[in-house]
Amino acid sequence: MKTLRFLLEKEFKQMARHSFLPKLIVLFPTLMMCLLPWAANLEVKEIHLGVIDRDHSPLSNRLTHALEASGYFRLVAFPESFPRALEGVTSGATDVLLDIPPRFGEALERGEGTRVFIAPNSVNGTKGELAAVYLSAILKEFSVALRAASSPVSPAPAVEVATLHRFNARLAYKPFMVPALMVMLMMLLCGFLPALNIVGEKESGTIEQINVTPVGKFTFIAGKLIPYWLVGFAVLTYSFLLAWLFYDIVPVGRFGTIYLFALLFVFGIAGFGLIVSNHSATMQQAMFVMFFFIMIFVLMSGFFSPIKSMPGWARAIAAFNPLNYFVEVVRGVYLKGSGVGDMTRPLLALSSFAVIMNAWAVWSYRKSR
Amino acid sequence: MNVITTELLTKRFGTFTAVDRVTFEVRRGEIFGFLGANGAGKTTAMRILCGLSKPTSGKAIVAGHDVATHPDHVKRHIGYMSQKFSLYEDLKVWENIRLYAGIYGMRPAEIKAKSAILLRQLEFEDGRDKLVRSLPLGWKQKLAFSVAVFHEPRIVFLDEPTGGVDPVTRRQFWELIYQVADRGITVFVTTHYMDEAEYCDRVSIMVDGRVEVLDSPEQLKKRFRATSMEEVFRHLARGTTRS
Repeated sequence: MKTLRFLLEKEFKQMARHSFLPKLIVLFPTLMMCLLPWAANLEVKEIHLGVIDRDHSPLSNRLTHALEASGYFRLVAFPESFPRALEGVTSGATDVLLDIPPRFGEALERGEGTRVFIAPNSVNGTKGELAAVYLSAILKEFSVALRAASSPVSPAPAVEVATLHRFNARLAYKPFMVPALMVMLMMLLCGFLPALNIVGEKESGTIEQINVTPVGKFTFIAGKLIPYWLVGFAVLTYSFLLAWLFYDIVPVGRFGTIYLFALLFVFGIAGFGLIVSNHSATMQQAMFVMFFFIMIFVLMSGFFSPIKSMPGWARAIAAFNPLNYFVEVVRGVYLKGSGVGDMTRPLLALSSFAVIMNAWAVWSYRKSR
Repeated sequence: MNVITTELLTKRFGTFTAVDRVTFEVRRGEIFGFLGANGAGKTTAMRILCGLSKPTSGKAIVAGHDVATHPDHVKRHIGYMSQKFSLYEDLKVWENIRLYAGIYGMRPAEIKAKSAILLRQLEFEDGRDKLVRSLPLGWKQKLAFSVAVFHEPRIVFLDEPTGGVDPVTRRQFWELIYQVADRGITVFVTTHYMDEAEYCDRVSIMVDGRVEVLDSPEQLKKRFRATSMEEVFRHLARGTTRS
């Protein structure tokens, strides 16, 4: 343990003296927290709508107005035919088409059913899908209101679905993305930097000098881990601050809960970086392997797309993804105020992740071969 | 008394035998020259003795411990300076000394006092706060050597310690080696320079993974009727099959 003190002293001196690292540790979170919440935004507004009105009745007019008044759509075109309307879609000017058939109003007034046609541009799948969903919701509202007006005596027993979005009532994206971005940040800094560290010592040859000393494997790895642990905590605290300053986002739950889980997560991900470093001969190799894994970690973490909507095999893989649990935890604490008691599964998963990664890191560090 | 004993020490990488049944002894306090052409297996053999590489077969006892079974016991009693003189370039001179001394379990106060003495002896007190990166090669080598013997090991291993510097600097370096040997530390040194071989108490010459000869420079010259170690070396190297 006395040796560890000297090793830590060395790591911190090297870190502080590095030409680029201290800047990176400050700049990276700043940029990421200021920029990405605006970019990583899936809220769809300002959908460009084209209406092909073949009816021109008061009812079709009312429908068009209802759509415009919803706030989601902007009427950009009234093409007279479907092929003409498609041109708008092809050129990208229109996001979604609503085709109102002839005698639409007449049919409705007589109490008969009628059909409208919705054609979303699905080049951007999310936007197209959401446009269609919004459109059908408004159409439904419209038809229910109409039916209620036409037969006030015995309104059809329509089932109305009332949705109350809990924890994030307005379905705002920032409170959802900002916590996840914090997790990203910690993974990138606390995963990549250790990955480059040991392999850097291999390249400069200093590791030989360490290997020929009686330094224990465990002490050596601890000396590498602890600095990144502290970096991770500093970065996390800094991003809490940025989230509060720029977006007024503060967790419903306790900071302590996040710190506790961060302790495990950073320990694990830094251990993972060290494993990669131990197995790599050059910086390039370490970088490449890290990129590969981090891409998978991010895309299978529920960061962008919910894990529950993945196929079974993908969900099975995601169950081994530490990022997945930590994202769940940070979002949970921020949005729902979850406590440790609500998150025993992530606690267990992240603990085992941390233990396994570091046992492996110690094992894979070879003083002789 | 012997501080290094090897018995049929062998290291194979796949089908290539880098070190081939090497048997020799190194006596306490001597300067032992470990010579051989490039690729003869010197560095590999030295790495085994330092506990950096595991022997495929055979045995090596260094400072009283078996390198294969107790490498960490061996490591406590040796110093090592590789070709890459692995000091941390982004640490200052005193920080490097402090780090390595600390790793070997010396106390901070002890380190401080001894560093001051060392830097005075080297006449390098001005360099104390310089980053190693900024030092000339000759100084880096002297410093790396001083760091390698700072914890008073029983043996110090030097792997081509004087590569790339002028003869005057090399001579200065050897002065340091003599001082250390006078303190009773055994010096095990590989080198390319045959004039350096003359400075050793005994030299071994490796050819194709085997130790071909082992004796004092005088005896070797007599045996091969040579005037210099250079001639002895050339005579032996002619027999090599590896390039």
